[in-house]
Amino acid sequence: MQRIFKILFFLLILNTNFANSISAENTSKLLTTDWSFKGPFGKFDRASLQRGYQVYNEVCASCHSLKYVSYRNLSEKGGPEFSVKEAKAIAASFEITDGPNQDGEMFTRPAKLSDKFVMPYSNEEEAKSANGGAYPPDMSVLVKARAGGADYIYSVLLGYVDPPENIKLDDGVYYNKYMYGNKIKMPKQLSDGLVEYSDGTNATEEQMAKDVTSFLMWTAEPHLEQRHKTGFRAIVYLIILTLLVYFSMKKIWSRVETNV
Amino acid sequence: MSDHNYTPSSKFGKWFNDRLPLLTLANHLTDYPTPKNLNYWWTFGGILTFCLITQIITGLVLAMHYIAHADLAFSSVEHIMRDVNYGWLIRYIHANGASMFFLAVYIHIFRSLFYGSYKAPREIIWILGIMIYLLMMAAAFMGYVLPWGQMSFWGATVITNLFSAIPLVGESITTWLWGGYSVDNPTLTRFFTLHYLIPFLILGLVVLHIWALHVPGNNNPVGIDIQKPSKDTVPFHPYIVIKDLFALLLFMIVFAFFVFYSPNILGHADNYIEANPLVTPAHIVPEWYLLPFYAILRSIPDKLLGVVAMLSAIFILAALPWLDTSKVRSAVFRPLYKQFYWILVIDVLILGYVGAMPAEGLYLLIARVATAYYFLHFLLILPILGKIEKTTPLPLSITSPVLGGSADLAMAKSTDVRKEKL
Repeated sequence: MQRIFKILFFLLILNTNFANSISAENTSKLLTTDWSFKGPFGKFDRASLQRGYQVYNEVCASCHSLKYVSYRNLSEKGGPEFSVKEAKAIAASFEITDGPNQDGEMFTRPAKLSDKFVMPYSNEEEAKSANGGAYPPDMSVLVKARAGGADYIYSVLLGYVDPPENIKLDDGVYYNKYMYGNKIKMPKQLSDGLVEYSDGTNATEEQMAKDVTSFLMWTAEPHLEQRHKTGFRAIVYLIILTLLVYFSMKKIWSRVETNV
Repeated sequence: MSDHNYTPSSKFGKWFNDRLPLLTLANHLTDYPTPKNLNYWWTFGGILTFCLITQIITGLVLAMHYIAHADLAFSSVEHIMRDVNYGWLIRYIHANGASMFFLAVYIHIFRSLFYGSYKAPREIIWILGIMIYLLMMAAAFMGYVLPWGQMSFWGATVITNLFSAIPLVGESITTWLWGGYSVDNPTLTRFFTLHYLIPFLILGLVVLHIWALHVPGNNNPVGIDIQKPSKDTVPFHPYIVIKDLFALLLFMIVFAFFVFYSPNILGHADNYIEANPLVTPAHIVPEWYLLPFYAILRSIPDKLLGVVAMLSAIFILAALPWLDTSKVRSAVFRPLYKQFYWILVIDVLILGYVGAMPAEGLYLLIARVATAYYFLHFLLILPILGKIEKTTPLPLSITSPVLGGSADLAMAKSTDVRKEKL
């Protein structure tokens, strides 16, 4: 019995370390902060997500799309939990192209809750030409699409430093301590006081990076809270069932001399 | 099953059973005499059955929402993750289920290697198992392509390109496999079709695997032939059923830990970037369970020979019952084999590790040495070991501590009981 647990535990550690060792290649050690969503009981900080949305909307959204997220998601449980009224107002502040109507014409109308987030560019080529040839990636699953996850995004946002002397940068290329290859085409975006938080939080660079990264963690894993909660229940259930089965097994096997 | 004389008690049961002996089968499965000393390494057969059924059920649900089209596959997966009720749960179970399936199958295979379960009269069970393992790899590979992320696309490109190493017809075969001149929509749709088909082929082979098992019965940690039924056996139900269930529940706890608390840790971050034929990822790495074979492939400088080596690494297992010349099954009584067994385990783990690393410098050298040792183990060490190894005395039965073993197997008599190892 004890041996089994040891083996299971060992496998668990092995797998976790193995995956970590693969993902944590080259680049300097990532910055991190006290993420509220980490750990088995992790939850999102609603206020932080709402502020994060504000940062996204005022800073990132001019170049980066969120094409898998709908406005209705903003008011759903486990997210920023804006009220339905607020979410409707947010949606209505964007114009989207719809149609064709009965006359065969395309028309614009204010976005509704059921619409996906409006994209800043109509296609990839337009996005590239507006950004010096670099495509600003869609941010819906960005946190999951980068080794290092939330820490990586947070670090890149705060990782703009002067380049070492031996590195020459072309025009429109910036040096970032944490970016793969250290070269990034996105200029430094955040600076203290860039946005004015409606809840009065002091908009420092770190605060904004933390809020927007939390928001992006939510867009990448909108069901994270439900997953953590369900997981806890499932595992407690499994442990209780395992114990019951273990004692039944002991009882049944007591009829023969062999130990189990 | 032919030795069964079972008569149902009810009149209808008897009538039905005369026409279709399902009740005889059920009776056989519950009464099936099983060695009573089976340890927990023997529970992985049941665990694997659970894995297969879980993959089939979750896969069916995913297929209802997934769209096999190069332009829509990635977003349909996001649709599953976001909008389908409990879609995230189903998909994470399916994705991590593949890893759990391989974890269990590797334990199952290495258990067989340790206790000599592949030896006569169980060669067919073993070969069926290798066929299942091959199909599992095919299914897993194609399944990994379906989300149409960067690793999906480039993994598919690397693996399908291997066929171009075949002399003369290689290029044509690759084009035929792709359904075009590169990995694209036709490749995706056929991979989806095959990914749907293969699990049912596996299911069929599993039935044969279990059928073949029920002819000679289970091997056991002592590795000796036993009388069935006898003092050495217990009926499958309830003894083995409850023990398998207990082990399965422990396994499910580990499984749940991955699904709920680190669902993406075994995958590659790049697969959350939609496939882009114009951008090659820095490192193209397969899923962890294919890494040892990937290391073997890359350790050979020649493409064709690399493919041959990789396939041989799998097919050599099918010849194992004849490569291992020792008459003694269990490593418990084979002091030398036991050591070489653990060296092989370490060798495969090393291959897995270097498979995840870039193929250059020291990593490449290690991969080459480990590859060479892998083949050496099967082609040289095992055949010779069986001839020169002095095995320790075998007991006569599981229950009695009397040594002397079965005539064919015993090497010497001694008072060393070795009971603690059983």
